[in-house]
Amino acid sequence: MIADSRLAPRRRLGGTAGILLTGFCSALAAGLLIVILGYVAIQGWGAINPAFVTQLPHPVGVPDGGVGNGIVGTIIIVAIAAVIAVPIGVLTGLYLAVYGRGLSAELIRFLAEVLSGVPSIAIGLFAYTICVKPFAHFSAFSASFAFAVLMLPLMIRTSEEAIRGVPTSIREGALALGLPDYGGVVHVVLPAARPLIVTGLLLAIARVTGETAPLLFTAFGSQFWELNPANPMAVLALQIFTYAISPYDDWHRQAWGGALLLILAVLVLNVGARLALGRHGKKS
Amino acid sequence: MILAADGGTAGIQAGAEVKVRVRDLNVYYGTNHAIRDASLDIEQSQVTALIGPSGCGKSTFVRAINRMHDLTPSARVSGSVEIDGVDVYSRRVDPIVMRRRVAMVFQRPNPFPMSIFDNVAYGLRVNGERDRVRIAGLVEDSLRRAVLWDEVKDRMSDSGITLSGGQQQRLCIARVLALRPEVILMDEPASALDPIATVKIEELIAELRRDYTVVIVTHSMAQAGRVSDRTAFFLDGSIVEVGTTTQIFTRPKDRRTEDYITGRFG
Repeated sequence: MIADSRLAPRRRLGGTAGILLTGFCSALAAGLLIVILGYVAIQGWGAINPAFVTQLPHPVGVPDGGVGNGIVGTIIIVAIAAVIAVPIGVLTGLYLAVYGRGLSAELIRFLAEVLSGVPSIAIGLFAYTICVKPFAHFSAFSASFAFAVLMLPLMIRTSEEAIRGVPTSIREGALALGLPDYGGVVHVVLPAARPLIVTGLLLAIARVTGETAPLLFTAFGSQFWELNPANPMAVLALQIFTYAISPYDDWHRQAWGGALLLILAVLVLNVGARLALGRHGKKS
Repeated sequence: MILAADGGTAGIQAGAEVKVRVRDLNVYYGTNHAIRDASLDIEQSQVTALIGPSGCGKSTFVRAINRMHDLTPSARVSGSVEIDGVDVYSRRVDPIVMRRRVAMVFQRPNPFPMSIFDNVAYGLRVNGERDRVRIAGLVEDSLRRAVLWDEVKDRMSDSGITLSGGQQQRLCIARVLALRPEVILMDEPASALDPIATVKIEELIAELRRDYTVVIVTHSMAQAGRVSDRTAFFLDGSIVEVGTTTQIFTRPKDRRTEDYITGRFG
Protein backbone atom coordinates (compact mmCIF):
# COMPACT_ATOMS: atom_id res chain seq x y z
CA MET A 1 0.00 0.00 0.00
CA ILE A 2 2.76 2.41 0.87
CA ALA A 3 4.34 1.90 -2.49
CA ASP A 4 0.99 2.26 -4.27
CA SER A 5 1.29 5.50 -6.18
CA ARG A 6 -1.82 5.43 -8.36
CA LEU A 7 -3.14 8.63 -6.79
CA ALA A 8 0.22 10.29 -6.85
CA PRO A 9 0.54 11.55 -10.46
CA ARG A 10 -2.41 13.93 -10.21
CA ARG A 11 -1.41 15.16 -6.81
CA ARG A 12 2.14 15.58 -7.89
CA LEU A 13 1.05 17.49 -10.95
CA GLY A 14 -1.09 19.83 -8.85
CA GLY A 15 1.76 20.41 -6.46
CA THR A 16 4.22 21.11 -9.20
CA ALA A 17 1.81 23.47 -10.94
CA GLY A 18 1.29 25.35 -7.66
CA ILE A 19 4.99 25.71 -7.04
CA LEU A 20 5.53 26.88 -10.60
CA LEU A 21 2.75 29.45 -10.32
CA THR A 22 3.99 30.96 -7.06
CA GLY A 23 7.55 30.87 -8.40
CA PHE A 24 6.48 32.58 -11.61
CA CYS A 25 4.67 35.36 -9.76
CA SER A 26 7.61 35.91 -7.42
CA ALA A 27 9.98 36.06 -10.37
CA LEU A 28 7.64 38.51 -12.08
CA ALA A 29 7.59 40.80 -9.05
CA ALA A 30 11.34 40.61 -8.50
CA GLY A 31 11.98 40.89 -12.24
CA LEU A 32 9.88 44.01 -12.51
CA LEU A 33 11.83 45.65 -9.72
CA ILE A 34 15.14 44.66 -11.29
CA VAL A 35 14.02 45.95 -14.69
CA ILE A 36 13.00 49.30 -13.18
CA LEU A 37 16.22 49.61 -11.21
CA GLY A 38 18.26 48.50 -14.20
CA TYR A 39 16.52 50.85 -16.61
CA VAL A 40 16.93 53.83 -14.28
CA ALA A 41 20.55 52.88 -13.73
CA ILE A 42 21.29 52.62 -17.45
CA GLN A 43 19.47 55.83 -18.27
CA GLY A 44 20.75 57.76 -15.31
CA TRP A 45 24.32 56.54 -15.07
CA GLY A 46 25.51 58.75 -17.93
CA ALA A 47 24.16 61.87 -16.26
CA ILE A 48 25.89 61.32 -12.97
CA ASN A 49 29.25 63.02 -12.59
CA PRO A 50 30.81 65.35 -10.04
CA ALA A 51 29.25 68.40 -11.69
CA PHE A 52 25.81 66.83 -11.57
CA VAL A 53 25.81 66.50 -7.81
CA THR A 54 27.59 69.75 -7.01
CA GLN A 55 26.40 72.36 -9.53
CA LEU A 56 23.32 74.47 -9.94
CA PRO A 57 20.92 73.69 -12.80
CA HIS A 58 21.88 75.29 -16.08
CA PRO A 59 19.44 76.71 -18.61
CA VAL A 60 18.50 74.55 -21.55
CA GLY A 61 21.27 74.25 -24.08
CA VAL A 62 24.05 75.15 -21.66
CA PRO A 63 26.02 71.96 -21.05
CA ASP A 64 26.71 70.51 -17.61
CA GLY A 65 24.70 71.84 -14.74
CA GLY A 66 23.40 69.70 -11.94
CA VAL A 67 20.99 69.17 -9.11
CA GLY A 68 23.31 70.10 -6.23
CA ASN A 69 20.83 72.57 -4.79
CA GLY A 70 18.06 69.96 -5.03
CA ILE A 71 20.12 67.44 -3.05
CA VAL A 72 20.85 70.01 -0.34
CA GLY A 73 17.21 71.13 -0.37
CA THR A 74 15.97 67.56 0.03
CA ILE A 75 18.25 67.03 3.01
CA ILE A 76 17.17 70.30 4.68
CA ILE A 77 13.45 69.70 4.13
CA VAL A 78 13.53 66.08 5.29
CA ALA A 79 15.67 66.98 8.31
CA ILE A 80 13.23 69.66 9.46
CA ALA A 81 10.33 67.24 8.87
CA ALA A 82 12.08 64.63 11.02
CA VAL A 83 12.71 67.18 13.78
CA ILE A 84 8.96 67.88 13.85
CA ALA A 85 7.71 64.31 13.40
CA VAL A 86 10.09 62.43 15.72
CA PRO A 87 9.17 63.97 19.09
CA ILE A 88 5.45 64.00 18.35
CA GLY A 89 5.49 60.50 16.87
CA VAL A 90 7.64 58.93 19.59
CA LEU A 91 5.71 60.54 22.44
CA THR A 92 2.40 59.52 20.90
CA GLY A 93 3.73 55.99 20.46
CA LEU A 94 4.87 56.06 24.08
CA TYR A 95 1.45 57.16 25.23
CA LEU A 96 -0.23 54.41 23.24
CA ALA A 97 2.18 51.72 24.37
CA VAL A 98 2.44 52.57 28.04
CA TYR A 99 -0.39 54.74 29.25
CA GLY A 100 -3.07 54.75 26.59
CA ARG A 101 -6.13 52.69 27.35
CA GLY A 102 -9.70 52.51 26.23
CA LEU A 103 -11.44 54.87 23.88
CA SER A 104 -8.89 57.68 23.64
CA ALA A 105 -6.08 55.30 22.69
CA GLU A 106 -8.27 53.49 20.16
CA LEU A 107 -9.28 56.81 18.65
CA ILE A 108 -5.67 57.98 18.29
CA ARG A 109 -4.68 54.67 16.73
CA PHE A 110 -7.59 54.86 14.31
CA LEU A 111 -6.80 58.47 13.34
CA ALA A 112 -3.13 57.62 12.76
CA GLU A 113 -4.27 54.74 10.56
CA VAL A 114 -6.53 57.05 8.56
CA LEU A 115 -3.80 59.66 8.30
CA SER A 116 -1.41 57.11 6.81
CA GLY A 117 -3.96 56.49 4.07
CA VAL A 118 -4.55 60.12 3.14
CA PRO A 119 -3.09 60.84 -0.32
CA SER A 120 0.07 62.92 -0.12
CA ILE A 121 -1.35 65.49 -2.53
CA ALA A 122 -4.16 66.19 -0.07
CA ILE A 123 -1.64 66.67 2.71
CA GLY A 124 0.29 69.01 0.42
CA LEU A 125 -2.87 70.98 -0.17
CA PHE A 126 -3.39 71.20 3.57
CA ALA A 127 0.17 72.42 4.08
CA TYR A 128 -0.40 74.94 1.31
CA THR A 129 -3.51 76.25 3.02
CA ILE A 130 -2.00 76.77 6.44
CA CYS A 131 1.72 77.35 5.73
CA VAL A 132 1.83 79.01 2.30
CA LYS A 133 -1.32 81.01 1.75
CA PRO A 134 -1.21 83.08 4.95
CA PHE A 135 2.38 84.14 4.16
CA ALA A 136 1.73 84.62 0.47
CA HIS A 137 4.86 82.80 -0.64
CA PHE A 138 6.12 79.26 -1.03
CA SER A 139 8.61 77.95 1.49
CA ALA A 140 10.73 74.92 2.26
CA PHE A 141 9.23 74.91 5.72
CA SER A 142 5.74 74.28 4.35
CA ALA A 143 7.16 71.23 2.54
CA SER A 144 8.74 70.06 5.78
CA PHE A 145 5.39 70.44 7.46
CA ALA A 146 3.71 68.30 4.79
CA PHE A 147 6.46 65.68 5.08
CA ALA A 148 6.16 65.69 8.87
CA VAL A 149 2.45 64.95 8.56
CA LEU A 150 3.26 62.09 6.19
CA MET A 151 5.91 60.69 8.55
CA LEU A 152 3.82 61.02 11.67
CA PRO A 153 1.61 57.92 11.34
CA LEU A 154 4.66 55.80 10.51
CA MET A 155 6.57 57.18 13.50
CA ILE A 156 3.61 56.61 15.80
CA ARG A 157 3.14 53.03 14.72
CA THR A 158 6.80 52.00 14.79
CA SER A 159 7.39 53.76 18.13
CA GLU A 160 4.39 52.10 19.71
CA GLU A 161 5.52 48.68 18.51
CA ALA A 162 9.12 49.30 19.55
CA ILE A 163 8.13 50.42 23.04
CA ARG A 164 5.64 47.59 23.41
CA GLY A 165 8.46 45.21 22.53
CA VAL A 166 10.48 46.25 25.58
CA PRO A 167 9.76 43.64 28.27
CA THR A 168 7.64 44.95 31.16
CA SER A 169 10.20 43.34 33.44
CA ILE A 170 12.71 46.06 32.57
CA ARG A 171 10.22 48.74 33.49
CA GLU A 172 9.44 46.89 36.72
CA GLY A 173 13.15 46.69 37.46
CA ALA A 174 13.39 50.45 37.29
CA LEU A 175 10.28 50.85 39.41
CA ALA A 176 11.65 48.45 42.01
CA LEU A 177 14.74 50.64 42.36
CA GLY A 178 12.53 53.44 43.59
CA LEU A 179 12.43 55.26 40.31
CA PRO A 180 9.40 57.28 39.46
CA ASP A 181 7.61 55.61 36.57
CA TYR A 182 8.49 58.36 34.08
CA GLY A 183 12.15 58.00 35.07
CA GLY A 184 12.16 54.34 34.13
CA VAL A 185 10.34 55.08 30.93
CA VAL A 186 12.66 57.89 29.86
CA HIS A 187 15.98 56.37 30.93
CA VAL A 188 15.33 52.68 30.50
CA VAL A 189 12.39 51.88 28.23
CA LEU A 190 13.08 54.46 25.52
CA PRO A 191 16.79 53.58 25.18
CA ALA A 192 15.83 49.91 24.91
CA ALA A 193 13.37 50.75 22.15
CA ARG A 194 15.73 53.12 20.36
CA PRO A 195 17.13 50.76 17.69
CA LEU A 196 13.62 49.94 16.47
CA ILE A 197 12.56 53.58 16.61
CA VAL A 198 15.61 54.56 14.54
CA THR A 199 14.72 51.87 12.03
CA GLY A 200 11.20 53.28 11.82
CA LEU A 201 12.59 56.77 11.34
CA LEU A 202 14.87 55.67 8.49
CA LEU A 203 11.96 53.95 6.76
CA ALA A 204 9.76 57.02 7.25
CA ILE A 205 12.51 59.20 5.75
CA ALA A 206 12.86 56.81 2.83
CA ARG A 207 9.13 57.01 2.35
CA VAL A 208 8.95 60.83 2.11
CA THR A 209 12.23 61.43 0.27
CA GLY A 210 10.64 60.35 -2.98
CA GLU A 211 7.38 62.23 -2.44
CA THR A 212 6.78 64.83 -5.13
CA ALA A 213 3.12 65.76 -5.06
CA PRO A 214 3.09 67.83 -1.84
CA LEU A 215 6.19 69.71 -3.00
CA LEU A 216 4.49 71.19 -6.06
CA PHE A 217 2.76 73.89 -4.08
CA THR A 218 4.92 74.04 -0.96
CA ALA A 219 8.69 74.01 -1.61
CA PHE A 220 7.95 75.00 -5.21
CA GLY A 221 11.56 74.72 -6.37
CA SER A 222 14.37 77.18 -6.90
CA GLN A 223 17.21 77.84 -9.31
CA PHE A 224 19.56 79.01 -6.56
CA TRP A 225 21.47 77.71 -3.58
CA GLU A 226 18.67 78.34 -1.20
CA LEU A 227 19.36 77.46 2.42
CA ASN A 228 16.69 79.52 4.17
CA PRO A 229 13.66 77.33 4.93
CA ALA A 230 11.42 80.40 4.80
CA ASN A 231 12.04 80.68 1.04
CA PRO A 232 11.12 78.42 -1.85
CA MET A 233 13.74 75.71 -2.17
CA ALA A 234 14.93 73.27 -4.81
CA VAL A 235 14.12 69.61 -4.11
CA LEU A 236 15.48 66.63 -6.02
CA ALA A 237 12.12 64.95 -6.57
CA LEU A 238 10.68 68.21 -7.88
CA GLN A 239 13.60 68.73 -10.25
CA ILE A 240 13.07 65.23 -11.65
CA PHE A 241 9.43 66.08 -12.26
CA THR A 242 10.23 69.41 -13.94
CA TYR A 243 12.98 67.90 -16.12
CA ALA A 244 10.93 64.87 -17.06
CA ILE A 245 7.96 66.82 -18.41
CA SER A 246 10.20 69.21 -20.34
CA PRO A 247 10.67 68.70 -24.08
CA TYR A 248 14.48 68.71 -23.95
CA ASP A 249 16.67 65.66 -24.27
CA ASP A 250 19.46 66.78 -21.97
CA TRP A 251 16.89 67.61 -19.29
CA HIS A 252 15.44 64.14 -19.69
CA ARG A 253 18.91 62.75 -19.10
CA GLN A 254 19.18 64.85 -15.95
CA ALA A 255 15.80 63.58 -14.80
CA TRP A 256 17.05 60.00 -15.08
CA GLY A 257 20.22 60.91 -13.23
CA GLY A 258 18.16 62.48 -10.45
CA ALA A 259 15.88 59.46 -10.29
CA LEU A 260 18.91 57.19 -9.94
CA LEU A 261 20.26 59.33 -7.08
CA LEU A 262 16.91 59.22 -5.35
CA ILE A 263 16.63 55.45 -5.67
CA LEU A 264 20.16 55.02 -4.38
CA ALA A 265 19.37 57.24 -1.40
CA VAL A 266 16.24 55.25 -0.58
CA LEU A 267 18.20 52.02 -1.01
CA VAL A 268 20.87 53.22 1.40
CA LEU A 269 18.19 54.20 3.94
CA ASN A 270 16.51 50.82 3.67
CA VAL A 271 19.77 48.93 4.04
CA GLY A 272 20.65 51.18 6.98
CA ALA A 273 17.31 50.40 8.60
CA ARG A 274 17.97 46.70 8.14
CA LEU A 275 21.42 46.95 9.66
CA ALA A 276 20.09 48.85 12.65
CA LEU A 277 17.47 46.16 13.08
CA GLY A 278 20.00 43.34 12.70
CA ARG A 279 22.26 44.78 15.37
CA HIS A 280 19.30 45.07 17.68
CA GLY A 281 18.28 41.48 17.01
CA LYS A 282 21.70 40.16 17.88
CA LYS A 283 21.95 42.10 21.10
CA SER A 284 18.79 40.93 22.79
CA MET B 1 14.71 15.09 52.21
CA ILE B 2 16.77 18.20 52.45
CA LEU B 3 17.55 19.75 55.77
CA ALA B 4 18.26 23.38 56.41
CA ALA B 5 21.99 23.91 56.77
CA ASP B 6 21.76 25.47 60.17
CA GLY B 7 19.39 28.27 59.29
CA GLY B 8 16.59 26.50 61.07
CA THR B 9 17.80 27.27 64.53
CA ALA B 10 18.39 30.92 63.76
CA GLY B 11 14.68 31.32 63.20
CA ILE B 12 13.69 30.65 66.76
CA GLN B 13 15.86 33.30 68.36
CA ALA B 14 13.83 34.86 71.07
CA GLY B 15 12.47 38.31 70.40
CA ALA B 16 13.38 38.47 66.71
CA GLU B 17 12.03 41.78 65.51
CA VAL B 18 9.24 41.85 62.95
CA LYS B 19 10.26 43.94 59.96
CA VAL B 20 7.30 43.36 57.69
CA ARG B 21 3.87 42.65 59.14
CA VAL B 22 1.25 41.54 56.60
CA ARG B 23 -2.34 41.41 57.80
CA ASP B 24 -5.44 40.11 56.01
CA LEU B 25 -3.95 40.67 52.59
CA ASN B 26 -6.27 40.08 49.66
CA VAL B 27 -5.26 40.53 46.04
CA TYR B 28 -7.62 40.32 43.10
CA TYR B 29 -6.83 40.29 39.40
CA GLY B 30 -10.13 41.35 37.95
CA THR B 31 -12.48 38.72 39.35
CA ASN B 32 -9.71 36.26 40.16
CA HIS B 33 -9.11 36.17 43.91
CA ALA B 34 -5.36 35.47 43.95
CA ILE B 35 -4.52 36.00 47.64
CA ARG B 36 -7.03 35.23 50.39
CA ASP B 37 -6.70 36.76 53.86
CA ALA B 38 -2.97 36.16 54.09
CA SER B 39 -1.18 37.26 57.27
CA LEU B 40 2.54 36.86 57.82
CA ASP B 41 5.27 38.28 60.04
CA ILE B 42 8.63 38.63 58.33
CA GLU B 43 11.48 38.95 60.79
CA GLN B 44 14.39 41.33 60.63
CA SER B 45 17.71 39.99 59.28
CA GLN B 46 16.26 36.63 58.37
CA VAL B 47 15.69 34.91 55.08
CA THR B 48 12.05 34.00 54.71
CA ALA B 49 11.18 31.57 51.94
CA LEU B 50 7.74 31.42 50.35
CA ILE B 51 7.09 28.00 48.86
CA GLY B 52 4.14 26.31 47.22
CA PRO B 53 2.97 24.88 43.91
CA SER B 54 2.74 26.99 40.74
CA GLY B 55 -0.09 29.47 40.77
CA CYS B 56 -0.50 29.39 44.56
CA GLY B 57 0.01 33.14 44.82
CA LYS B 58 3.49 33.39 46.30
CA SER B 59 4.72 35.79 43.60
CA THR B 60 1.55 37.83 43.90
CA PHE B 61 2.09 38.01 47.65
CA VAL B 62 5.68 39.19 47.45
CA ARG B 63 4.81 41.79 44.82
CA ALA B 64 2.14 43.17 47.10
CA ILE B 65 4.80 43.96 49.73
CA ASN B 66 6.41 46.78 47.74
CA ARG B 67 3.30 47.67 45.76
CA MET B 68 4.43 46.35 42.40
CA HIS B 69 0.77 45.70 41.64
CA ASP B 70 0.34 49.44 41.20
CA LEU B 71 1.56 48.86 37.65
CA THR B 72 -1.14 46.30 36.85
CA PRO B 73 -4.41 48.10 36.18
CA SER B 74 -6.58 45.04 36.84
CA ALA B 75 -5.02 44.28 40.24
CA ARG B 76 -6.74 45.30 43.47
CA VAL B 77 -5.22 44.97 46.92
CA SER B 78 -6.82 45.13 50.38
CA GLY B 79 -5.47 44.53 53.85
CA SER B 80 -2.26 46.00 55.23
CA VAL B 81 1.48 45.57 54.78
CA GLU B 82 3.34 47.31 57.58
CA ILE B 83 7.04 47.96 57.36
CA ASP B 84 8.42 49.12 60.71
CA GLY B 85 4.84 49.74 61.70
CA VAL B 86 3.86 51.92 58.73
CA ASP B 87 1.32 50.59 56.26
CA VAL B 88 2.80 50.91 52.76
CA TYR B 89 -0.71 51.23 51.37
CA SER B 90 -1.56 54.23 53.51
CA ARG B 91 -1.95 57.59 51.83
CA ARG B 92 1.08 59.15 53.43
CA VAL B 93 3.45 56.60 51.92
CA ASP B 94 5.01 57.52 48.58
CA PRO B 95 5.46 54.18 46.81
CA ILE B 96 8.50 55.50 44.97
CA VAL B 97 10.34 56.42 48.16
CA MET B 98 9.18 53.21 49.82
CA ARG B 99 10.56 51.01 47.02
CA ARG B 100 14.06 52.35 47.66
CA ARG B 101 13.84 50.71 51.08
CA VAL B 102 12.00 47.61 49.88
CA ALA B 103 13.78 46.53 46.73
CA MET B 104 12.99 43.68 44.40
CA VAL B 105 14.91 41.16 42.33
CA PHE B 106 12.90 39.49 39.61
CA GLN B 107 12.55 36.03 38.18
CA ARG B 108 14.22 36.86 34.91
CA PRO B 109 17.33 39.01 35.07
CA ASN B 110 16.34 42.44 33.75
CA PRO B 111 19.51 44.50 33.34
CA PHE B 112 18.97 47.91 31.82
CA PRO B 113 20.17 48.45 28.26
CA MET B 114 23.24 50.39 29.41
CA SER B 115 26.79 49.67 30.57
CA ILE B 116 27.53 47.45 33.57
CA PHE B 117 28.73 50.45 35.53
CA ASP B 118 25.66 52.51 34.68
CA ASN B 119 23.33 49.65 35.58
CA VAL B 120 24.52 49.95 39.17
CA ALA B 121 25.18 53.69 39.16
CA TYR B 122 21.83 54.55 37.65
CA GLY B 123 19.76 54.06 40.78
CA LEU B 124 22.27 56.13 42.75
CA ARG B 125 22.18 58.99 40.28
CA VAL B 126 18.41 58.98 40.12
CA ASN B 127 18.31 59.12 43.90
CA GLY B 128 20.37 62.28 43.93
CA GLU B 129 23.97 61.08 44.27
CA ARG B 130 26.16 63.38 42.17
CA ASP B 131 29.66 62.81 43.52
CA ARG B 132 31.48 60.74 40.88
CA VAL B 133 34.03 59.33 43.30
CA ARG B 134 31.35 58.23 45.74
CA ILE B 135 29.34 56.67 42.91
CA ALA B 136 32.36 54.74 41.65
CA GLY B 137 33.06 53.54 45.19
CA LEU B 138 29.50 52.43 45.78
CA VAL B 139 29.37 50.67 42.41
CA GLU B 140 32.51 48.69 43.21
CA ASP B 141 31.31 47.92 46.71
CA SER B 142 27.92 46.72 45.46
CA LEU B 143 29.46 44.57 42.73
CA ARG B 144 31.84 43.06 45.28
CA ARG B 145 29.01 42.24 47.61
CA ALA B 146 27.09 40.69 44.71
CA VAL B 147 30.25 38.60 44.04
CA LEU B 148 30.44 39.91 40.50
CA TRP B 149 33.29 42.42 40.76
CA ASP B 150 36.13 40.10 39.74
CA GLU B 151 34.25 38.98 36.66
CA VAL B 152 33.37 42.44 35.38
CA LYS B 153 35.98 44.86 36.73
CA ASP B 154 37.82 44.99 33.39
CA ARG B 155 34.72 45.46 31.28
CA MET B 156 32.65 47.97 33.18
CA SER B 157 31.68 49.86 30.03
CA ASP B 158 30.32 46.79 28.24
CA SER B 159 26.56 46.55 27.96
CA GLY B 160 24.86 44.75 30.85
CA ILE B 161 23.10 42.63 28.26
CA THR B 162 26.38 41.01 27.17
CA LEU B 163 26.73 39.21 30.51
CA SER B 164 25.62 35.60 31.02
CA GLY B 165 22.25 34.94 32.67
CA GLY B 166 23.74 34.27 36.09
CA GLN B 167 25.98 37.33 35.88
CA GLN B 168 23.02 39.44 34.80
CA GLN B 169 21.08 38.32 37.85
CA ARG B 170 23.98 39.19 40.15
CA LEU B 171 24.19 42.55 38.37
CA CYS B 172 20.52 43.10 39.16
CA ILE B 173 21.23 42.23 42.80
CA ALA B 174 24.21 44.63 42.84
CA ARG B 175 21.94 47.29 41.40
CA VAL B 176 19.58 46.78 44.31
CA LEU B 177 22.36 46.63 46.94
CA ALA B 178 23.76 49.96 45.77
CA LEU B 179 20.66 51.66 47.10
CA ARG B 180 21.18 50.11 50.56
CA PRO B 181 17.60 48.87 50.95
CA GLU B 182 16.32 47.37 54.18
CA VAL B 183 14.22 44.60 52.70
CA ILE B 184 15.09 42.66 49.54
CA LEU B 185 12.28 40.78 47.85
CA MET B 186 13.34 38.04 45.45
CA ASP B 187 10.86 36.48 43.11
CA GLU B 188 12.35 33.13 42.09
CA PRO B 189 15.73 34.75 41.48
CA ALA B 190 17.42 31.55 40.30
CA SER B 191 14.69 29.89 38.29
CA ALA B 192 16.07 31.10 34.96
CA LEU B 193 19.65 30.12 35.84
CA ASP B 194 21.81 27.05 35.44
CA PRO B 195 22.90 25.07 38.54
CA ILE B 196 26.30 26.73 38.93
CA ALA B 197 24.82 30.21 38.70
CA THR B 198 22.14 29.10 41.15
CA VAL B 199 24.76 28.07 43.70
CA LYS B 200 26.39 31.49 43.42
CA ILE B 201 23.09 33.27 43.96
CA GLU B 202 22.33 31.07 46.97
CA GLU B 203 25.72 31.79 48.53
CA LEU B 204 25.04 35.44 47.95
CA ILE B 205 21.67 35.24 49.70
CA ALA B 206 23.36 33.61 52.68
CA GLU B 207 25.71 36.60 52.81
CA LEU B 208 22.90 39.12 52.49
CA ARG B 209 21.13 37.74 55.54
CA ARG B 210 23.57 39.56 57.80
CA ASP B 211 22.58 43.04 56.68
CA TYR B 212 19.17 42.70 55.10
CA THR B 213 15.76 41.22 55.59
CA VAL B 214 15.29 38.89 52.63
CA VAL B 215 12.09 37.37 51.31
CA ILE B 216 12.59 34.76 48.61
CA VAL B 217 9.93 33.11 46.52
CA THR B 218 11.12 29.77 45.33
CA HIS B 219 9.88 26.85 43.36
CA SER B 220 12.51 24.60 44.72
CA MET B 221 12.08 23.17 48.20
CA ALA B 222 15.74 22.25 48.17
CA GLN B 223 16.58 25.90 47.70
CA ALA B 224 14.23 26.98 50.48
CA GLY B 225 15.95 24.41 52.71
CA ARG B 226 19.41 25.67 51.82
CA VAL B 227 18.94 29.41 52.10
CA SER B 228 16.09 30.24 54.43
CA ASP B 229 15.59 30.61 58.16
CA ARG B 230 11.83 30.62 58.02
CA THR B 231 9.41 29.18 55.49
CA ALA B 232 5.80 29.94 54.64
CA PHE B 233 3.81 27.39 52.66
CA PHE B 234 1.23 28.78 50.23
CA LEU B 235 -1.66 26.90 48.67
CA ASP B 236 -4.47 28.29 46.54
CA GLY B 237 -3.79 31.87 47.60
CA SER B 238 -3.71 31.18 51.33
CA ILE B 239 -0.85 30.72 53.75
CA VAL B 240 -1.24 27.21 55.11
CA GLU B 241 1.66 27.12 57.52
CA VAL B 242 4.55 29.26 58.70
CA GLY B 243 7.48 28.19 60.81
CA THR B 244 11.20 27.79 60.97
CA THR B 245 12.49 26.07 57.90
CA THR B 246 13.63 23.08 59.95
CA GLN B 247 10.22 22.68 61.51
CA ILE B 248 8.35 23.01 58.19
CA PHE B 249 10.60 20.46 56.52
CA THR B 250 10.79 17.95 59.38
CA ARG B 251 7.68 18.33 61.49
CA PRO B 252 5.00 20.06 59.43
CA LYS B 253 1.84 20.57 61.45
CA ASP B 254 -0.57 20.71 58.55
CA ARG B 255 -1.35 17.65 56.49
CA ARG B 256 -1.24 19.65 53.23
CA THR B 257 2.24 20.98 54.01
CA GLU B 258 3.42 17.45 54.67
CA ASP B 259 1.92 16.23 51.41
CA TYR B 260 3.69 18.97 49.49
CA ILE B 261 7.01 18.56 51.26
CA THR B 262 7.02 14.83 50.70
CA GLY B 263 6.22 15.30 47.06
CA ARG B 264 2.73 13.90 47.04
CA PHE B 265 1.54 16.83 44.93
CA GLY B 266 2.75 20.12 43.46
